[in-house]
Amino acid sequence: MSKTQIEDINRNIYDIKNKDDYDYKIEKGLTKQIIEELSKQKQDPDWMREFRLKALDVYNKLQLPTWGPDLSELDMGEIATYVRPKTKMSNTWDDVPDDIKETFDKLGIPEAEKTSLAGVGAQYDSEVVYHSMKEDLIKQGVIYTDMETAVREYPKLVKEHFMKCVPVHDHKFVALHGAVWSGGSFVYVPKGVKVDIPLQSYFRLNSPESGQFEHTLIIVDEGASLHFIEGCSAPKYNKVNLHAGCVELYVKDNAYLRYSTIENWSKNMLNLNTKKAIVGKNAQVDWVSGSFGSKISMLYPMSILNGEGSKTEFTGISFAGKGQNLDNGFKVVHNAKNTSSVVNAKSISKDGGTCTYRSLVRIGENAKNSKSVVSCESLMLDDISKSDTIPVNDIRTDEVEFSHEAKIGKISDKTIFYLMSRGMSEEDAKAMIVRGFAYPISKELPVEYAVEMNNLINLELEGAIG
Amino acid sequence: MLEIKDLYVNAGEKEILKGINLKINKGEIHVIMGPNGSGKTTTANAILNNPEYQKKQGSIVFDGTDITDLKTDEIARNGVFMSFQLPEEIPGVTVANFLKYAKNKITGKPVKVFQFKDELKKYAKELKIKEETLERSLNVGFSGGEKKKNEILQMLVLNPKLAILDETDSGLDVDAIKTVSKGIEMFKNEENAVLIITHNTKILHSLKVDYVHILVDGKIVKTGTQELASEIEENGYEKYRKG
Repeated sequence: MSKTQIEDINRNIYDIKNKDDYDYKIEKGLTKQIIEELSKQKQDPDWMREFRLKALDVYNKLQLPTWGPDLSELDMGEIATYVRPKTKMSNTWDDVPDDIKETFDKLGIPEAEKTSLAGVGAQYDSEVVYHSMKEDLIKQGVIYTDMETAVREYPKLVKEHFMKCVPVHDHKFVALHGAVWSGGSFVYVPKGVKVDIPLQSYFRLNSPESGQFEHTLIIVDEGASLHFIEGCSAPKYNKVNLHAGCVELYVKDNAYLRYSTIENWSKNMLNLNTKKAIVGKNAQVDWVSGSFGSKISMLYPMSILNGEGSKTEFTGISFAGKGQNLDNGFKVVHNAKNTSSVVNAKSISKDGGTCTYRSLVRIGENAKNSKSVVSCESLMLDDISKSDTIPVNDIRTDEVEFSHEAKIGKISDKTIFYLMSRGMSEEDAKAMIVRGFAYPISKELPVEYAVEMNNLINLELEGAIG
Repeated sequence: MLEIKDLYVNAGEKEILKGINLKINKGEIHVIMGPNGSGKTTTANAILNNPEYQKKQGSIVFDGTDITDLKTDEIARNGVFMSFQLPEEIPGVTVANFLKYAKNKITGKPVKVFQFKDELKKYAKELKIKEETLERSLNVGFSGGEKKKNEILQMLVLNPKLAILDETDSGLDVDAIKTVSKGIEMFKNEENAVLIITHNTKILHSLKVDYVHILVDGKIVKTGTQELASEIEENGYEKYRKG
């Protein structure tokens, strides 16, 4: 069979570079002085400044991970951790500077806000430049704002939850995040309030040789529900950029949270993101994750099922092309009776790309009558691409139902022949197979992202998705 | 419509077809019968130019075009269809979407969605395919009978000039064979042709066949009419095997 190309993502939209035109860019590197300067620039309260300095200490003590992709090319001395765009946060797009607004326009954010979102936050480099939410949610007491505002205006809520779910000593990049975090979103949904339409935060990193360290803190109070969407992208530069965000989700008793992410960083990005959810009694958190960009990604969202009867589902897809090493996965800890987790992970690798599914399922002694079903499937589109599955299963009680199924496959010549006999070219045939493979995941994505994924697989098969 | 001349085909090192000659005119139904391993499926695959088989000699002309070395999809777009003995499963692509896409590729024209859906439902009903099956992933979890009926559905929707049915009747119960025969009757007209490949004769009871060819060891050893099929049914291939 002759070789077939599945097109790379059309990155035109993502690759638009605006002039690196900032209001303030901190000196490259990571020293106590730099952190103090950053804290001053951000007008942190004292407790936050101290927090940052403590986190820096932890960062300096911790080693790089000894497993996973090689991170040796990362030199923190070459990364500017704070870049303030030339604007203040506003709640109308008209007040956002033209070049920044145009970027978000092209990414479709203001349009989506009008049609399918209840609120939007948009971050450009290190600061949030736009935040807005529908009036009726404000009236119901929902809070959706940038993290800095939350630190100022809701100090009690923030202090109680900030980096408690993901403590700074978790790993080196969490400590880094604690020291240099900037921007991100804060959401609080009061007891019993159902937010029917999603909120979305979009993170855009424009500045070269810099990092984005946004902090997302979401609290869904008892009996409340929310769908939160996170999108991210950056244009490509020759030197590495770093993303070390942190997401902390608190899903209280009987609450529901769906957290969808579409990560489409440029291929010079090291995406070392940390996400964790603590789930209360009979509550549920669902993760939907699409990982398409980045040079290296190490991303393992985690659900901690602390409440009896709590549940989590993870649905994720990774697509690694040339030069990409996507080391993604999911972690779940069952800490109470009658808890359940369902994992459906898929990966596609092509042109020498590497996809690894790395996971942890821990079912504690106190988690009797719990259930965990894990399925992961990989599809390799050629002989030079790689795929691997590295599960860790730590089951400490007998009274559980646990299954782990992993499949690694290639597209067979027989299948291609079958589709070609129906008039499709070899390229069409492969694209159809890939899209079909991805469909169980893409149907879980918000519509506009499912469409984006169609573009990704570059196929004109009408109507199969959405 | 189809003319195969002196065709020699290998599967790897193994010589399978050893000089096939076959001519099919429009309006005709032909049957190739033969014992297992005689080269029936190879013949079908060779017409569609499956890269797993290598043509060593000979030519295939379809509707005035030499299709011997065309790519499979080009042959399909020229109007040749093959019903597979073992249809492939395509997870995540529904029968309806698959066919809409294939129809678009075969005709090179946009598919009128509502008209297409109506047509699809009509054919499905005739073939006793449940409407919900059209929204299931293609062939995934289908029974043997469902897969074969789905191949016939594809034939009706894609409406080729020549339909090659490779063992479409094998493994089917009496009712399913009737349904498949009905599908072939619905398809057949004066402008198209059918080539049925089979190793048994059940399907031929309810179809009017023009020619029956006996294929043994890579060669057509005898051509006759429907009576030849009845003779095979009674006496088997033994007589032809010995040459």
